[in-house]
Amino acid sequence: MSEWLENHLPKVVLAPSFIAVLIFVYGFIGWTAWVSLTRSKLLPKYEIHGFIQYERLFDSPRWDTAINNLYIFGALFIVIAMVLGLLLAILLDQKIRVEGVIRTVYLYPMALSMIVTGTAWKWILNPGLGIESMVQGWGFPNFEFDWLVNPDYAIYTIVIAAIWQSSGFVMALFLAGLRSVDGEIIKAAQVDGIPTWRIYTAIIIPSMAPIFLSAFIVLAHLAIKSFDLVIALTGGGPGYATDLPATYMYAMAFSRGDIGQAASSAMIMMLVVFAIVVPYLYSELRAKND
Amino acid sequence: MTDLSMPQTQTRSQSATGKIALRWLLYVLLGLFALYYLMPLFVMLTTSLKSLEEIRTGSLISLPREVSFDAWKTAWSGACTGIQCEGLRPYFWNSVLIAVPAVFLSTLIGALNGYVVAQWRFKGANIIFSLMLFGCFIPFQVVLLPMARLLGMMGIAGTIPGLIFVHVIYGLGFTTLFFRNYYVTIPSELTKAARVDGAGFLRIFWSIFLPLSLPIIVVTVIWQFTQIWNDFLFGVSFSQAGTQPVTVALNNIVNSTTGVKEYNVDMAAAIIAGLPTLLVYVVAGKYFIRGLTAGSVKG
Amino acid sequence: MAPILDINKLYKNYGATEILKDINISIEPGDFLVLVGPSGCGKSTLLNCIAGLEEITDGTLAIGGKDMTHVSPKDRDIAMVFQSYALYPTMSVAKNITFGMKVRGVDQATQEAKLNDVASLLQIEPLLNRRPSQLSGGQRQRVAMGRALVRDPKLFLFDEPLSNLDAKLRVEMRTEIKKLHQTLDASIVYVTHDQIEAMTLATKIVVLKGGIVQQIGSPAEIYNNPANLFVADFMGSPAMNLIPAQVTKSGSGAQIVISRDAGETLVLNDARDLSLPEDVILGLRPEDIAEAGFRAGDGVQEAACMVDMVEPAGADTYVVSELGGKQVTARLHAETSAQAGKMLNLAFDMSKVSYFAKETGERLN
Repeated sequence: MSEWLENHLPKVVLAPSFIAVLIFVYGFIGWTAWVSLTRSKLLPKYEIHGFIQYERLFDSPRWDTAINNLYIFGALFIVIAMVLGLLLAILLDQKIRVEGVIRTVYLYPMALSMIVTGTAWKWILNPGLGIESMVQGWGFPNFEFDWLVNPDYAIYTIVIAAIWQSSGFVMALFLAGLRSVDGEIIKAAQVDGIPTWRIYTAIIIPSMAPIFLSAFIVLAHLAIKSFDLVIALTGGGPGYATDLPATYMYAMAFSRGDIGQAASSAMIMMLVVFAIVVPYLYSELRAKND
Repeated sequence: MTDLSMPQTQTRSQSATGKIALRWLLYVLLGLFALYYLMPLFVMLTTSLKSLEEIRTGSLISLPREVSFDAWKTAWSGACTGIQCEGLRPYFWNSVLIAVPAVFLSTLIGALNGYVVAQWRFKGANIIFSLMLFGCFIPFQVVLLPMARLLGMMGIAGTIPGLIFVHVIYGLGFTTLFFRNYYVTIPSELTKAARVDGAGFLRIFWSIFLPLSLPIIVVTVIWQFTQIWNDFLFGVSFSQAGTQPVTVALNNIVNSTTGVKEYNVDMAAAIIAGLPTLLVYVVAGKYFIRGLTAGSVKG
Repeated sequence: MAPILDINKLYKNYGATEILKDINISIEPGDFLVLVGPSGCGKSTLLNCIAGLEEITDGTLAIGGKDMTHVSPKDRDIAMVFQSYALYPTMSVAKNITFGMKVRGVDQATQEAKLNDVASLLQIEPLLNRRPSQLSGGQRQRVAMGRALVRDPKLFLFDEPLSNLDAKLRVEMRTEIKKLHQTLDASIVYVTHDQIEAMTLATKIVVLKGGIVQQIGSPAEIYNNPANLFVADFMGSPAMNLIPAQVTKSGSGAQIVISRDAGETLVLNDARDLSLPEDVILGLRPEDIAEAGFRAGDGVQEAACMVDMVEPAGADTYVVSELGGKQVTARLHAETSAQAGKMLNLAFDMSKVSYFAKETGERLN
């Protein structure tokens, strides 16, 4: 008996986690997928009714807004955070004397909860007492900056806060990438008399393609899961102008009592994440096994 | 590292002045960005120290004329999170009660899992690891509904043990990944030598691997603590009045619609809620960044 | 006396891949068995199977007369030294050496005594309180041996223990391992890819290739009578000359004809009673080809050959000449007057020739 246990202990140790993952990840995804095919409302029902929930979802103007917002938010957030992150990384890569301090300053927002970030920016961006009134106080009485309460622009405030939170992290990724470029190649280029900016555009940045991919995956993943920031900054409002799929799902699940809609919107979110992450993970795992 | 700011083949005086001007520009740019990142923290801090009257009349970025800690006191023990007005304090302790056991358990289990996957490979171990890794990426919305029902069935819905359970389960993927990536760098001959020496599975873990693991334990603990402390989705979905974590309480304070809007209290509350993770970041930033990059770039 | 290690019809598969096939090895107490072969030949897997670190797929394995086929490593009464030394990084040298005894619950006094014995034997007393990271490669090697010696096992297993050392240290440690073997009269199984290590250390060599035993024998047997072309080519440096040849007469006294790109064919006679097929590969070690007049004996035959290249190597001078389409190396004395591009009379010691079948590569004589 003890001999058997000693030989099988590794499996015994891993088994509970494996079972937990099977149930709480894959089983639960299965449950959600199943329920998304039923007419569940306040309580789950288990009779399959085809894609009725998905039809309702795509007919819903609120979901339409959420998806549109995800496009706007996702595209702007990813592009700006990457550009800003790369710029900061290149600036910091120039033998800066107080690099450690500056890096710490750029990166600290990542340690904060999105709720804290949202609370801070909600205060800064509020039209009555925030930036708007501050600039007006500087002698520009006609200055207007009411994005936070303007249904057409509120989504951009979320972009602003999200970039503030995450761009430092992108910088850290890129900085690590810049530092891993083979120094001899750069020396060779310098000896050839190639100007610094060309060394960056022609040699260093192209060699960081995998880091761009990683940064993109991380940011896209963050964008799709964005929930806390919206809740704290705009609450999804005005109206549902800043709804994202995550807030839509939450509203359906916990305030509107529409489990069918919650399940189907969660499934769409997961499909989007998988479409981005699966090819990446697959190539990573394969590269490692080779 | 190669110095890219090395002067190129230009005449000496030209390149010297140009270089100095460029350096200045560089430092000015870096300084401006630093201001951008620090501004919200500065505004939060000054606002939290102002009186409501001064907030209404003064400018966003002006320093407080009179420093007052009243807002902090209110935020800690008097602000309303709904019908209750006990401040953040009880919720802060809720977060501690959730985070400490959840961090401990998920780190311990992750260490054992990583040890198995990296050093005791058996048939199927890699598939199990891939399946676990995959779990790191799912949007948690997809498990919210069934988890809510399961917690209800287990009788721990809306309780702190329920939240600990959820955080341990969904933290395992990352903790396993961290330890696995650390332990695969340790030669398997070490395990073989210890087996020949007569040590078993647990003895090898305890006497040989655990003493080697301090750096990765620090990375994992910091990562898990930050994740769990900053969590909002699970907190708001699986708690009830009295068991909410600090992030949920903060959101309730800020968004409670009753009474006068006390911005100074909001800011003080936000700082209090952010302080533990901020402190961890300042004290152990190196490990924090290592966790972030490991968690995102996958080893 | 029962063999100290007895491996019987051992097979090892990973999934559908056969790593080891039908391995049968038996060694006596005091033997120094070397498993040698190119990388990927299965020699380390075989050692791991002996240690019990890998389950065997089929067959049996006994150590000291006891069946150990399914016994876990800790109960096999073995000790092992690894290529990377595998010292426990967080433990001091002393703790590294005593860890095994501690795990087995040996009392403190015995631990101390054994530690001191081994430390003085290996002259590592001054290192006992250091961490492995503070040691040089050679010192780590000693500690790893100390950890094995302190067990006083029935069987020592060495997995390429010298391959991480630089060339000079490797030779020193080789000598020391040999001395240890002689003083302790220990039974050893030793894995290496280095055929010189195999020749110098072993009392018995197993040559492995592709998971199959090619030959088992004493170093002299392996060297002088290689069982096939692979063993002939693998053992010895410079390698044995393997020359395609025609047999025009067989039986009592054979006549061998070797073609040459330049010049007339070379005809050699072997006085031994051999039955050979028409096409053979003739194997002759460089030291069995000498300059004419420097080698005497029954089988020696002289012939003029074109010298293509001369390589002085200090004690000897190697001369290369084309025979049967192969670059054939002869090992001459250092003062030879051989010059590239000139003819030279060479003496072939035909009594040392090995013949191999052209198709199968198996030894014919």
